[in-house]
Amino acid sequence: MTTGIRPVTDARKRPMMHPQVQTYWHEVDCGFPPVADVFEECVYEALAVFSREQMKAYLEAARVLGKLGRGPEPMLAFLEEWPSVVTAVGADVLTPVMDFVRAMQKSPNGKAIAPFLQTLAAVARRLQSAEQLQFYIDIARDLMVRTTGSIHGHHTTFPSPGLPEFFAQAPFLAKLLSMAGVKNWVEYGIRNYGNHPERQVEYFQLKSADSRAVLQRERHGTLFADVERQLDLYLRALWCDSDTLVPYSTAFDEIRKPIPYYDKLGLRVPDVFDDAQGVAGLDRYRAVLAHMIGHRRWSKPQIADNWSPFQRMAVEFFEDCRIENLLMREYPGLRRIFLALHPKPVEDACDPETTSCLRHRLAMLSRALIDPDHGYADTDLLTFAGRFHELIAAGESSTDEIATLALSYVAKTRRQSDQLAKVHFDDTVVDYRDDNRQLWRFIEEGDEEEAFDEERRLEQNKEPQGLPPRHYHEWDYQSQTYRPDWVSLYEALHPSGNPAVIDRLLAKHAALAKRLKRLLDLLKPQDKVRIRYQEDGTELDLDVAIRSLIDFKGGATPDPRINMSHRTDGRDITVMLLLDLSESLNEKIADGSQTILELSQEAVSLLAWSIEALGDPFAIAGFHSDTRHEVRYHHIKGFSEGWDDAVKGRLAAMEAGWSTRMGAALRHAGHYLSARKADKKILLLLTDGEPADIDVADPQHLRADAKKAVEELATKGVTTFCLSLDPKADEYVRDIFGNRYEVLDRIERLPEKLPMLYMALTK
Amino acid sequence: MTTDKEQYKVHKEPFYQAQGKEVVLYEAAYAARLPVMVKGPTGCGKSRFVEYMAWKLGKPLITVACNEDMTASDLVGRYLLEANGTRWLDGPLTTAARIGAICYLDEIVEARQDTTVVIHPLTDHRRTLPLDKKGELIEAHPDFQLVISYNPGYQSLMKDLKQSTKQRFTAFDFDYPEATLETQIIARETGLDEATSAKLVKIGQTARNLKGHGLDEGISTRLIVYAATLIKNGVDPKDACRMAMARPITDDSDIRATLDHAIDATFA
Ligand SMILES: Nc1ncnc2c1ncn2[C@@H]1O[C@H](COP(=O)(O)OP(=O)(O)O)[C@@H](O)[C@H]1O
Ligand SMILES: [Mg+2]
Repeated sequence: MTTGIRPVTDARKRPMMHPQVQTYWHEVDCGFPPVADVFEECVYEALAVFSREQMKAYLEAARVLGKLGRGPEPMLAFLEEWPSVVTAVGADVLTPVMDFVRAMQKSPNGKAIAPFLQTLAAVARRLQSAEQLQFYIDIARDLMVRTTGSIHGHHTTFPSPGLPEFFAQAPFLAKLLSMAGVKNWVEYGIRNYGNHPERQVEYFQLKSADSRAVLQRERHGTLFADVERQLDLYLRALWCDSDTLVPYSTAFDEIRKPIPYYDKLGLRVPDVFDDAQGVAGLDRYRAVLAHMIGHRRWSKPQIADNWSPFQRMAVEFFEDCRIENLLMREYPGLRRIFLALHPKPVEDACDPETTSCLRHRLAMLSRALIDPDHGYADTDLLTFAGRFHELIAAGESSTDEIATLALSYVAKTRRQSDQLAKVHFDDTVVDYRDDNRQLWRFIEEGDEEEAFDEERRLEQNKEPQGLPPRHYHEWDYQSQTYRPDWVSLYEALHPSGNPAVIDRLLAKHAALAKRLKRLLDLLKPQDKVRIRYQEDGTELDLDVAIRSLIDFKGGATPDPRINMSHRTDGRDITVMLLLDLSESLNEKIADGSQTILELSQEAVSLLAWSIEALGDPFAIAGFHSDTRHEVRYHHIKGFSEGWDDAVKGRLAAMEAGWSTRMGAALRHAGHYLSARKADKKILLLLTDGEPADIDVADPQHLRADAKKAVEELATKGVTTFCLSLDPKADEYVRDIFGNRYEVLDRIERLPEKLPMLYMALTK
Repeated sequence: MTTDKEQYKVHKEPFYQAQGKEVVLYEAAYAARLPVMVKGPTGCGKSRFVEYMAWKLGKPLITVACNEDMTASDLVGRYLLEANGTRWLDGPLTTAARIGAICYLDEIVEARQDTTVVIHPLTDHRRTLPLDKKGELIEAHPDFQLVISYNPGYQSLMKDLKQSTKQRFTAFDFDYPEATLETQIIARETGLDEATSAKLVKIGQTARNLKGHGLDEGISTRLIVYAATLIKNGVDPKDACRMAMARPITDDSDIRATLDHAIDATFA
């Protein structure tokens, strides 16, 4: 290499080491020193991959890129990246790539050429086919065409603000999404931010919330959000478990790959699973859940302090295998899934002279413990597999017992080299297993005492307006007596808001309303109902007339009521809808789009609309409480009021706060309902939780009172039915409502479910 | 008018697997001629139980499957027109009262409430049945007993028994048998081996766990018997389960997928 000062302008004269490279250098006719710096190296790499023809094309393309007037970057990027592109997807893509470069050059988007070329190799490595890469270029071209142009009435055309950002994100996108997904993601950005340069940039930089949300939606594989209900059903049906499932993000956490685990808040699982080893994403979720359930059923935490990390690792592998054997006993079909997902380490893949093989040994053993056809020959492995199966043959064995076996395994197979820093990791990760944090207790750590100091809201200054309080008794299950006049209930007209809000909600659900309409028509009492046994009626009832004739001939007194007439409407149902308006309604539902309160508004609007269509008299009220001294009961719609703007206004203004003292509200609603005249009186309660109030510590107390209230109403001819939005409701809802309840698992379906439920109940 | 008692007798011992003390208790109720209500979900063995008791007590059994269109005359009887006049024909309830049979009104809530009130006078100390049309008052035969079945799991609030009707009966609360018992029932009823029967029961229970979460009722013992019968006749177990157990109870695709998975996981 030459030394000394390089004349900046004269890179063309730069001498190359190899005469052939020198010839090439002349061909590309390039004056950029940074290019000259790397040229020789690039050529060597290219020569290793390219045929002569391809070499020629490579240099020619590089030459063109050097002459675009965009500095050295495009050419640099191309020279460095192109050999990798060709390795990944073949050389034929050169034409479309250069065509696209020319298109960018002709448009105001020349600045995007370098970013395009800089990430091209990374994208190509992901896509692995020329067609896919073509698809990628088409998407980019579409983005360019539709976002380049005049903005805010300027006459000059502006380059696409999003295009360079898109190229920068492309490798990441290609990793998470199929090209169809990328297309949808780009499409969303164009449609929503086509005319908004700053927001467009943010979107394509993956900075804005919706950008990430759309990305999440488009990810390939099985998305947690799409199978959440199925997983929930799986837990309930196959494992009698109803713990909460909490997804963690895998998209934005590249370095620290999260592992499933469980804790007080629920079972933690990844937000997406690709199919793997012929196992569908859904089944991978099931494997993860089954494994964690197994721990919860059969594992007992161990004191970690006295054991070395190696010993703990061995205990974990053994214990994981024990519970998996028990799981497969329960459901033999799990074997296929576990075996497909469990790595099958090659017996002599790890060299104990140079590498720590403990992980490798344990992974093989782990395979052997769940797979009778493992085919390994190692004597220690076979001995311990035998002892393991003896232990579990008789029953479940136990964590203690299996830990002892694991420790003796470690002692028996220990090697000096286990301590080496270089660890054999290949084929040792079992990715459906959790991180086993629940298996260990550390003595040093103190128990975290959680302080349950409820903050009482100091909104006392707001004196309830309206009627004087009504007092209700409350049931004390401890003493099995009533506490007389224990609760003060204030009833007031709910404040009013804008009825148009409700009309908009109804409009939003127009399609659903249409479907409901069809069902309602079926349910609607046939316009004409026959009333038989009339002395005077509109027509002769032939059946009855013949019977009377028979009686007459037989010498008995005939029934003179041989006519019939018609009446409209045979339903005689009155319903009161009682809404829990406690604080928890302000929470957002899982996808973060709406609060439970907003969903309830939609649902109640649709229900009201449906009941109105059926013609059943109905009322709506809401309630919440702040100790027994203040249960608020909000009148929203009375039986005699129509489904009109006044009512819609109140519904629109609905707000949530405070607690859920259910019994008093039920009794109050019930007293209105029992005063009605109807065959069937239904009190329909919509709630998202169990009865609770801040002045009551014993959770049983208000449950028992609510149960009592339901029984009281039953004796007054009022049937209470509860629709619960609390996934944990199973624990108490049956206690309170007997079998008159339903738990809604997918809260986002409430608007559809509530009217349907009402129809089913009154069919 | 004489009716042949024998035709209503249960001659061959029906297979009935007791779940608890119900057999003894029923005998006691019968000895006192108390009316009996058998509550429980569909297909859990209510009818089989009554049939068995009739056999055990050696009494005739008259069963009426109730439905919405049934009128009081359908129970009590009516005049028929004949060439030379009319002829009275007893309804099943009247027949039972005359000959001293056990009258079993199956799924009574299906009948309209104004129909069911005709049974009231038979259920108290009077033990009589007035035939208004015929101008006759029947004294129930000393052996006569009234039994009704009813499924309280129905969610429809429209289908419930009047309190005044309920208050006239002693009651048995039935449910699906627990797993080992149900397995025995399936095996004995169909001749399928115990191991396969146990698997069917297990699948049945997965569905029962979903009650209230999209299923109104789980898979009944009757459906499990169907599946077992199909398997016994050579149908592939997984197909049999899908056809007899999963498909009939739900149209919800998530639930179907979960039950299908349970079937695959159980019959590996
Ligand atoms: N305890 C039992 N003993 C024997 N067979 C039973 C029992 N329980 C249920 N079965 C089976 O289930 C089927 C349905 O029972 P059935 O009595 O018709 O149900 P239900 O009257 O409760 O709807 C019966 O035909 C029988 O095969
Ligand atoms: Mg609440």
